[in-house]
Amino acid sequence: MDTLDDHAKDISEDAAAEAGPNSSLEMNLKEQDTGAGGPIILFFILGLFASLVVGWIVFPKLLYSKKKQPIEFNHVFHVEAVDNGCESCHFFREDGTFSGAPKLAQCIDCHEEIQGISPDEIKFVEEYVSKEREVPWLIYSRQPDCVFFSHAAHIQGARMDCVACHGHMGESESLKVYEENRITGYSRDIWGKSIGGFKKNTWDRMKMDDCAECHRENAANIERKNIQTPTQRLIGHMVNLVSPGTSTFDKGGSIQTERDPCFACHK
Amino acid sequence: MKEGRTHKRFQKFGMVIDLDKCTGCGSCMVACMAENNVPFRKDESNKLLSITWMRVYKLTNGMPFPETDVCYLPRPCMQCAGQHEGHSPCVSVCPAIATDYSMESGIVSQIYTRCFGCRYCMASCPYHARYFNWWDPIWPDGMEKYLSPNVSPRMRGVVEKCSFCFHRYQRAKDRAYMEGRRELQEDEYQTACTQACPAGAITFGDLNNPKHAVSEMVEPDPKHSGRPKNPNAFRLLERLGTNPKVYYLSSREWVRRAGDNYLKNEKKVKKPVHHG
Repeated sequence: MDTLDDHAKDISEDAAAEAGPNSSLEMNLKEQDTGAGGPIILFFILGLFASLVVGWIVFPKLLYSKKKQPIEFNHVFHVEAVDNGCESCHFFREDGTFSGAPKLAQCIDCHEEIQGISPDEIKFVEEYVSKEREVPWLIYSRQPDCVFFSHAAHIQGARMDCVACHGHMGESESLKVYEENRITGYSRDIWGKSIGGFKKNTWDRMKMDDCAECHRENAANIERKNIQTPTQRLIGHMVNLVSPGTSTFDKGGSIQTERDPCFACHK
Repeated sequence: MKEGRTHKRFQKFGMVIDLDKCTGCGSCMVACMAENNVPFRKDESNKLLSITWMRVYKLTNGMPFPETDVCYLPRPCMQCAGQHEGHSPCVSVCPAIATDYSMESGIVSQIYTRCFGCRYCMASCPYHARYFNWWDPIWPDGMEKYLSPNVSPRMRGVVEKCSFCFHRYQRAKDRAYMEGRRELQEDEYQTACTQACPAGAITFGDLNNPKHAVSEMVEPDPKHSGRPKNPNAFRLLERLGTNPKVYYLSSREWVRRAGDNYLKNEKKVKKPVHHG
């Protein structure tokens, strides 16, 4: 212990010795630097500006790799050519599952042979149709494995429009560049174009928050429809205390969040 | 969706397992593993480390030869409702909102991506129905292609448990939406273990729906504080008040007694427990 204490003493003495000249230097600087505030502030502003540029412009460029779809595709042209609108290729199966991006089996109905003069179609027929290879489309809306999404519940059940989540895909004349997040491997369409997470339209982002936004409104609507006065709520609580499980309160199905149960969207 | 939900009758999915029919073959365990992408390891000899959402236990009456008797007891997650609906032991302790009780189906869910692996729920579960992933799953070569796309595989460090094959409910609902229905038929939503049981020992359905077989089998008797009218029916560790939705049937007295933590020389149940 003695040796340790001695050592500590030495160090503190050394520190004091060092502090001496330094503190006098600081005094000198203070006296001289009264006019140097401007450059320092300018330096700070430039630094802030530079880091903002890095954060908002350079980082997103580095974060997302740009990939081209294997074949160019014109939605407008195809929607005109088919009878049943979007559902001609993006259809529900009988068991309620959704087909998503069409497979070769659907394309082959028309594209057994080359129809036009478009180089992309020629490439499609030669490389995929004649070789019976599926086109490895890059799916903009691909979600993580833990997400359960039922197209049937939203389109057939809630009568929502495709545009609400997917935007005006049917009006696009070419496929946009697929930007893949280098860290997560998901498309930029999930996080949204805006790196700050701002969105103007419902289809700008596809994160959990965007699902929750709507599902929260739903739960809120239920509460507004069967409005309970505090007395009714109290009676509900009393009934529940006397015989558990008989009275159900007006909230979403989840015990934890009082919104929709977690299993509604997770698997 | 909004209109349909407001005046919807709540479902309470439950299971009745007839222990007199169960042969202990383990088909339910196998079906469950395959259905739910349950991970396994090369060496499964240490059963404390293996993950089995559905597990068949072997009970013995401990009697010498002529009276000796064996009973097999399959144990899924009990989907406890608790003393008041939703107060399941595991749900009430989860600090991460990773496990949830749905009032709409009565099923206790586990959200793997939300779980941070504190294992508080495992400590609170009296049935050992919850399992911890000590390792990332390693599937044998090519097996990834055989995994069910409807159940997300779990990663190292999260807890998992039986979900009453909830994805099957979701799939059945999808079909119902396509056909413009809201209600499901009894046979549209059945768990994998129910369908795999060769002896037909497991019955699954909505306990709140009088048309479903389960609600008839364990119909509550209001005179007897809600205990099933069927004298052979019992639930595991009933005196803890977890209010499970898995019922067992057995004609053998010692099996029914083994279902709760009775003391060796105890004669009668002292305190009745509320049954939902």
